[in-house]
Amino acid sequence: MQRKISGKAFVFGDNIDTDQIYPGRYLELVAKTDIASHCMEGARPDFASELKQGGIVVAGRNFGCGSSREHAAITLKEAGASAIVAESFARIFFRNAINLGLPVITCPDILDKVKEGDLIEIDLLTGEINNITTKEKLQGQGLSEFVISILENGGIKPLFKQKYS
Amino acid sequence: MHALEKILAKASGKDTVKAGEIVICKVDLAQVNDLYLQVVESFEEMGGKRVWDPDKVVFVFDHYAPAPTIKSAKNHKAMREFVWKHGIKHLFDIDKGVCHQVMPEAGLVFPGMILVATDSHTTTHGAFGAFGTGVGATDLACILMSGELWFRVPEVVKIEIKGQVPRGVLPKDIILHILGKLGTDVAVYKAIEFTGEVVEGLDVAGRMVICNMAVEMGAKTSYIHPDDTTLNYLKGKGIDVNNIDIPVTDLDYSYSDTYTFDISDLSPQVAIPHSVDKVVPVDTLKGTKVDQVFIGSCTGGRLEDIEWAYKILNGRKINDKTRLVIIPASKEVFLNAIGRGYVQSLIEAGATFSSPGCGPCLGAHQGVIAPGEVCVTATNRNFPGRMGSTGADIYLASPATCAASALAGKIVDPREYIGEV
Repeated sequence: MQRKISGKAFVFGDNIDTDQIYPGRYLELVAKTDIASHCMEGARPDFASELKQGGIVVAGRNFGCGSSREHAAITLKEAGASAIVAESFARIFFRNAINLGLPVITCPDILDKVKEGDLIEIDLLTGEINNITTKEKLQGQGLSEFVISILENGGIKPLFKQKYS
Repeated sequence: MHALEKILAKASGKDTVKAGEIVICKVDLAQVNDLYLQVVESFEEMGGKRVWDPDKVVFVFDHYAPAPTIKSAKNHKAMREFVWKHGIKHLFDIDKGVCHQVMPEAGLVFPGMILVATDSHTTTHGAFGAFGTGVGATDLACILMSGELWFRVPEVVKIEIKGQVPRGVLPKDIILHILGKLGTDVAVYKAIEFTGEVVEGLDVAGRMVICNMAVEMGAKTSYIHPDDTTLNYLKGKGIDVNNIDIPVTDLDYSYSDTYTFDISDLSPQVAIPHSVDKVVPVDTLKGTKVDQVFIGSCTGGRLEDIEWAYKILNGRKINDKTRLVIIPASKEVFLNAIGRGYVQSLIEAGATFSSPGCGPCLGAHQGVIAPGEVCVTATNRNFPGRMGSTGADIYLASPATCAASALAGKIVDPREYIGEV
């Protein structure tokens, strides 16, 4: 696992729910590329194409609230998000993202300090976030050892595969 | 320890656990719904060969029942084949209803158990003193392989509900009011215990409504301490309650937060677009034109909810510019509603009935809404696009407010329509 992740920030507000991240009408889709094509469609309809070059999703409180749909984490990962930083996360979304190997970092005042298009760098272990554009540093919460161990293995699937092979 | 901590301690083979600790617990019941063929895909991708205990696994086809598209039909087909191949004991196919209704009806839910499902509204089972929590597909696939899952032991928020329930105020109004006051993230990563004289006075259906919507406050799980009401319900489902070990919260347990609500003066409440915590008294919305009303789902599709619609609409006709969709939460609910004459009366009043399942609650089928339309619904979420178009407005309300609004063609206070009910 890369300890440090950097990328362009795409900024969203509070309570970005799973219906905005991945509308319910697409839940029957299973192929990852199909799921990726509807990324954040309920909040920003062209986001899947905006994210093609990669980037970091930045959001406010309670990101991923609502449904347990894993599609919400899959669509962000497959559309090219390398990490998500939010002021807080809904717990099922948090679990789903970690299980898929998508780093999620909690940082209480991120929306005050990071604007759309800023280049930011995240240290997953310490939770430190460096806004390269504004040269400001922020302190988010580092991930627990347990969570880091899942991310280091590329998600829970490779871990289970190893255990049950 | 809290009763919920005792459940996690027992399931993880420990004497004690404390909030914040990560524990690996044995799961008593794992349930997959039909949105999640990904469970099967993840299981196979991880090299799963056999299901850890086929008797403890439940598949429910509810979100797409009956299949509205070829894709969802293919998903059902693949899931049925998985169920049969692995000898999974419980398959509730398209005729049965919503997972959170059919599992308790089948006697699969009891106090002290850990129930994990691929559905966020699994908090519903706190109404039975169970530790119920929702997860995504890959977590569930891990359970199918190992019978276990990791949990962070949650802090517990206590919500005490006091007072006399006013006439025309339903459990849905009470939980909407609490949501409006506390917000959608008051219990993120935490559990919520509901307590107090109002909770004690609620029947099982009412408790299920309250616990169901705990997830809208971010809760991992919810809890109501089992009492005679709970045990009588369980006995009715064929469960031997004498063999159940009901954990009890220690007197010195310290809650992370405590909130008290007195609902004696509460009026019917409505959550306005587009957030569950934007809650106002129904009076402030009076006159808002309504295109569709929906009564159904794991929140508002039980017999008690359909009974409210019957009481308000029996012998009347709904507004001719408004549609009323009613979907019983389960086959059992449907049969009871037919047996009591509610279905005939409501169809005569202008209601459209569909077969048991989640219906338009998540925008899949059976009554999705168009841009510019207004839907008043007994369900649980009013996120943009939840029930169809992102250009539609969703108002969450009690089944009584829903039925009265269908009659008037606009949002109204149901107390004006319930007479001596």
